[in-house]
Amino acid sequence: MAGWWRRNPFFVRYMLRELTAPFVAIYAVILLVGLVRLAQGEAAYDAWFAALTHPASIAIHWLLLVALIYHSVTLWQVMPKTMPPLKVAGHTLPELGVTALGLLATLTVSVVVYALVRWL
Amino acid sequence: MVETRTIEMEVLRYHPERDAEPHLQSYQVPFTHDMSVLQGLQYVKDHLDGSLTFRWSCRMAICGSCGHMVNGVPQLSCHTFLRDYFPGKVRVEPLNHFPILRDLAVDQTDFLKKLESIKPYIIPAENKPVESGEFLQTPAQLDRFYQFSQCINCLLCYSACPQYGLNSEFIGPAAMALLHRYNADSRDAGRAERMPIVNAEEGVWSCTLVGYCSEVCPKGVNPANAVNQNKVNSALDYFLRFVTPRGTGR
Repeated sequence: MAGWWRRNPFFVRYMLRELTAPFVAIYAVILLVGLVRLAQGEAAYDAWFAALTHPASIAIHWLLLVALIYHSVTLWQVMPKTMPPLKVAGHTLPELGVTALGLLATLTVSVVVYALVRWL
Repeated sequence: MVETRTIEMEVLRYHPERDAEPHLQSYQVPFTHDMSVLQGLQYVKDHLDGSLTFRWSCRMAICGSCGHMVNGVPQLSCHTFLRDYFPGKVRVEPLNHFPILRDLAVDQTDFLKKLESIKPYIIPAENKPVESGEFLQTPAQLDRFYQFSQCINCLLCYSACPQYGLNSEFIGPAAMALLHRYNADSRDAGRAERMPIVNAEEGVWSCTLVGYCSEVCPKGVNPANAVNQNKVNSALDYFLRFVTPRGTGR
């Protein structure tokens, strides 16, 4: 079984999905640190915010963005397999419909959060 | 005049009493547009090498006997066509993750034991006499388990599952799909007897949602869905025992 995941592109995609999971956690920790710094006062928050503008931080965020997009798409692709069939007006929603709805929700929330941060 | 082409078939051979280890053997097989990989194997057995051993029966994706690895992918060989591999060669090997009995025939004992353990039959709440009539069911109730009842025990999903390959203690996709088929049936009351199998480490919790089992299933059973729906059922079963008296949960 050694190297089993390299033998099939399906398994490679699965391993990438699992590999990108820690990136979701890392980004959550970055945001949580920001929350803690905010609670500590304006100076602490500004320092955290300044640290985010460092080129290394920008590079890490680009990496996180790519990983999170991959993780979201592949996780929504398997989501229909984790739940009982969704019934809409007596008809079962096809797997593709569940994936599409999930991706739409992810995109909507992302745009709303971006708009709030950018313009408020 | 039917056009005939010739394809190279590489078949894994293993005679446990003669061979130290399995090896590939090549055959040149003439084929027509409508010939399946199974028919290619039958051509080899009938015309080139009568000692080649493989299982088959219905030739129409119903019996589930002719599952093989075809170019590394678990497939029913009656449902896979030689034309799709031409002009390349087609490699036929026994299903992954099972011990080889001989050539392409694998030992299914492990699965059969698991299948037996999930009690794949309706366990009614009370035994009714025949005179009292049928157990009635609405189309909506039928819909809840119908897809899972389509499993033909072909074992392609077990060959597709890396978790089963890494640890064969895992109950596996088909057995869990069939377990769910009975648990989800409105006529069945055997859920409490089956839940210990679901809840075990080797039950649903050995699945990491690779999802390839559903991809290769030739009958649209979607065993990954059965396994993962039962992760929710298993979690509910664990927590609900604190709030419901024993024996009332369904």
